[in-house]
Amino acid sequence: MSKIDILEHKLVPNHELMTDSEIEEELGDADFEIENLPKIKIDDPVVEDMQSRDINVKEGNILRITRDSQTAGTFVTYRIVEE
Amino acid sequence: MNNFIKKIEQINFGLMSPEDIRNMSVVRIEAPDTYDEDGYPIEGGLMDPHLGVIDPSLKCRSCGYRGGECQGHFGSIELARPVIHVGFGDIIFKILRSTCNECGRVLLTDEEIEDYKQKIDEAKHHGVSLNNLLKEIYNVSRKDKCPHCGAEQGAITIDKPVSINQEIGPNEVYKLTPSEVRERLERITDEDSYILGVNPEVARPEWLVLTVLPVPPVTVRPSITLDTGERSEDDLTHKLVDILRINHRLIENMDAGAPQLIVEDLWELLQYHVTTYFDNEASGVPPARHRSGRPLKTLAQRLKGKEGRFRSNLSGKRVNFSARTVISPDPNISINEVGVPEMIAKEVTVPSYVTEWNIDEMRKYIENGPDIHPGANYVIRPDGRKVRVLDDTKEGILEKLDEFEQLPADDRHNFIVERHLKDGDMVLFNRQPSLHRMSMMAHEVRVLPYKTFRLNLCVCPPYNADFDGDEMNMHVFQTDESRAEAKSLMRVQEHILSPRFGGPIIGAIHDHISGAYILTRTGTDFDFETAMQIIRKSHLDIDNALVRIAKFKKENDEEMKGDDLSDTQLISYLLKLKEDVRITGKELFSLLLPENLNLNYRAEICNNCSQCEKEACQYDAYVVIKDGQLLSGAIDEKAYGSFSGKILDKIVKEYGADRAREFLDRSTDLAICGIMQNGITTSINDEEIPDEAQARITEHLDKAEAEVDKLITTYEEGFLEPLPGRSPEETLEMKIMQVLGEARDGSGSIAENYLKMDEYEDGRRKYLPNYSVIMARTGARASMLNLTQITACVGQQAIRGDRIKRGYIDRALPHFKKNELGAKAKGFVHSSYKHGLDPIEFFFHAMGGREGLVDTAIRTAQSGYMQRRLVNALQDLQVKPSGLVTDNQGMVIQNMFGEDGVDPAKSDFGKAADLDKIIDEMRLKDDVDNESLVKADGGN
Repeated sequence: MSKIDILEHKLVPNHELMTDSEIEEELGDADFEIENLPKIKIDDPVVEDMQSRDINVKEGNILRITRDSQTAGTFVTYRIVEE
Repeated sequence: MNNFIKKIEQINFGLMSPEDIRNMSVVRIEAPDTYDEDGYPIEGGLMDPHLGVIDPSLKCRSCGYRGGECQGHFGSIELARPVIHVGFGDIIFKILRSTCNECGRVLLTDEEIEDYKQKIDEAKHHGVSLNNLLKEIYNVSRKDKCPHCGAEQGAITIDKPVSINQEIGPNEVYKLTPSEVRERLERITDEDSYILGVNPEVARPEWLVLTVLPVPPVTVRPSITLDTGERSEDDLTHKLVDILRINHRLIENMDAGAPQLIVEDLWELLQYHVTTYFDNEASGVPPARHRSGRPLKTLAQRLKGKEGRFRSNLSGKRVNFSARTVISPDPNISINEVGVPEMIAKEVTVPSYVTEWNIDEMRKYIENGPDIHPGANYVIRPDGRKVRVLDDTKEGILEKLDEFEQLPADDRHNFIVERHLKDGDMVLFNRQPSLHRMSMMAHEVRVLPYKTFRLNLCVCPPYNADFDGDEMNMHVFQTDESRAEAKSLMRVQEHILSPRFGGPIIGAIHDHISGAYILTRTGTDFDFETAMQIIRKSHLDIDNALVRIAKFKKENDEEMKGDDLSDTQLISYLLKLKEDVRITGKELFSLLLPENLNLNYRAEICNNCSQCEKEACQYDAYVVIKDGQLLSGAIDEKAYGSFSGKILDKIVKEYGADRAREFLDRSTDLAICGIMQNGITTSINDEEIPDEAQARITEHLDKAEAEVDKLITTYEEGFLEPLPGRSPEETLEMKIMQVLGEARDGSGSIAENYLKMDEYEDGRRKYLPNYSVIMARTGARASMLNLTQITACVGQQAIRGDRIKRGYIDRALPHFKKNELGAKAKGFVHSSYKHGLDPIEFFFHAMGGREGLVDTAIRTAQSGYMQRRLVNALQDLQVKPSGLVTDNQGMVIQNMFGEDGVDPAKSDFGKAADLDKIIDEMRLKDDVDNESLVKADGGN
């Protein structure tokens, strides 16, 4: 049986690795410390899957998660990769 | 003394060493007694005067302060033998399991020790919880052989809560005495104890075993003197007496060289008493009881649970300046107000600073004193002295007030009068359970006679109050800041819109709705005189009302239509018509609406016809409001009821809370007037239907029953096609349920055809209106289901969603054959409530009814706990102005509140905007604008 591609699964929202310039642009003027963002584990299946696709996700990187929202249509949230 | 502020920077938790306990102790307690025959405390007894005093006339022997000032001092009991502390049984067990039985080292290799030490340091540095790490350490350190001395480890087990056993051979255990446990704990080095989660700076493992017991001061366990002069001691004192007695006997026996067995028995007993002294509900230990058989309330019981110190005394304190009494309705006061009985108004007070502007008023209050209503109970003079206003003290206080008045303006400070509550004061009003923020709202006081709180009926839904004996609480604000804050944030009118669904939660109920319907339906009109009376009773502005009615009339007057008249001209135009004009209920209701309101919607009474006639609706169910005039449709629940009022919703959102409050107050007045002009009543005749209808219903039910029988036959013959994923039995059940459900609905709609609000023939009313139906259809109270159950058929009774099958073996009642599947055998009630249920139906109905009662009882308990957990989890979250949601640590929970940043209270029933509605209203507004344009052209 072939492995399910979780990134393509409809219940898994879209995760993207943010570049430094993107972080500066989107979170530069945020009124919170970047470290206070919600966390995602480095051994989270999504992160591991991204790594297996040669996306170099490291500790401290920020992922942009775009997901469907009941209230707002689509919603962009951020998670910081830890340990 | 208490005026300086100290800031707590950190709290350290540790264990008290026996030395700490001895140092803290002011007296060693040895006598297992409290008072001697003369009633004086025994020296060295449990009530030793060194432990502090309660009586203010006595001085404490330790600190010299008097009772009330002395906060008490600890004593101590030297235990004859060590005893394990109940709270630490589990920790002791884990520590012993993780250390060597021989050498006392932790069962970890040197590398592991180094590794974990580093990890603990790191976790402490980052302020991360050690729990998971320690759990891991305790798991890893369970080894069969000591890595340090090589000794084999016998398994250690615990007999909860305090017996620790060591396996010494196959199926052979030895019970370790607390002394042995303590010896083993003593052997653990400081370094090892650090790894095991016991910081040697503040605690040593052996301190988990007690050798000295602290004796709390008498202030913690005061004795009560009964009316008979008898002394009754606190439960803790009783327990301490027990401990001292056994301790004494143990010492005596040991000194006398008693056999080991006896000493061990006494030791065991001492352990039992110390255990129950700490926790009288420890599992595996029989609770210590009072002579009467009541279990003692010892230390843990004082702190634990809902009635414990934390939840009852610290999180939930009792307050002054509050009142509680029964509530009753008063439709004549504003929704912003609360009627306060004079008795209460004279008891709870407001502190008022005396200024040059209110000094005469304050003087009046002092003169009135505590017994005449707008009076005062206390006065706080500028020197800080609080004086009770009494007949004797009045003169003196007034003199002081005069002196105060003579002072230069700059020195006139801090003369405070604690005056009675009076009309217009802000108070906080609350009904438990306080489930949402609308359970506590700020009201304006209206001092009224009699002894109940009075409230406007529109605020019943947010408080979930009714008047079957409900009580409510009132709190009086004591500072101007709190008053101001409450007035802007907590006033009733600020809470008309609920953040739960973005619609009004405060609104008309019951008679307000049926009243408005009767007033505004087509056909209701009044002569000029009656109309004026209604306007007057509704507290509407007469001049304004006349002008607006004149405008409405003018629009329908072909001759006058185009003319532009001034207000006085309009009024005289109307007065000219006086004799033969009829003023409709719709016109009267329009007087409440803002003059430029445009709105249309389908009313609650809408039949949902397949082809909507809109404005031409013959049922009065399509509401059109154009330029503040109700043109068609009747007012019902959808207009201004709580939870669904469209007009109310629009007025709050577009004209503000003040206008909405005005609308609600006036419309309830008007609705009451409307209902009083007409009268409303109902009787069982309202549920009467003709014989022909009854026959149709019977026929309908018979047909359904035949269909059920047919289904059963098909099933029994094995021809029933099972639904996907269902067994034939389940399929049969589902199909029968469906058929019977349709049977009930069908019989209901047959009955509904005969249950009309009103019937007209040639423009004349055929019967009296059917007020039961009016109440159900307008949403005032009850539903059509209730009515059809009374008239036609009650329907299937269910338990857990299934037909009733419990009771006897394979049948619900012995009147049926086993495994009978028919409608009647499983709880279908053919009869109507009016006709009456037969005994079998009645029994099934009671079974179904019981389930409903049990469900509600369970649901409240469950949802209460669910709410508690939710509140505890969410109480510290905050929403920043940017929409960012963080917890109290600054961690981001959401980077936009609710993902769309919309305040649900300001949303349109949960949506950010309802486009269809907006477009509809723009169209209406457009019509109005065009008309006025045409008019303007015509004028030129």
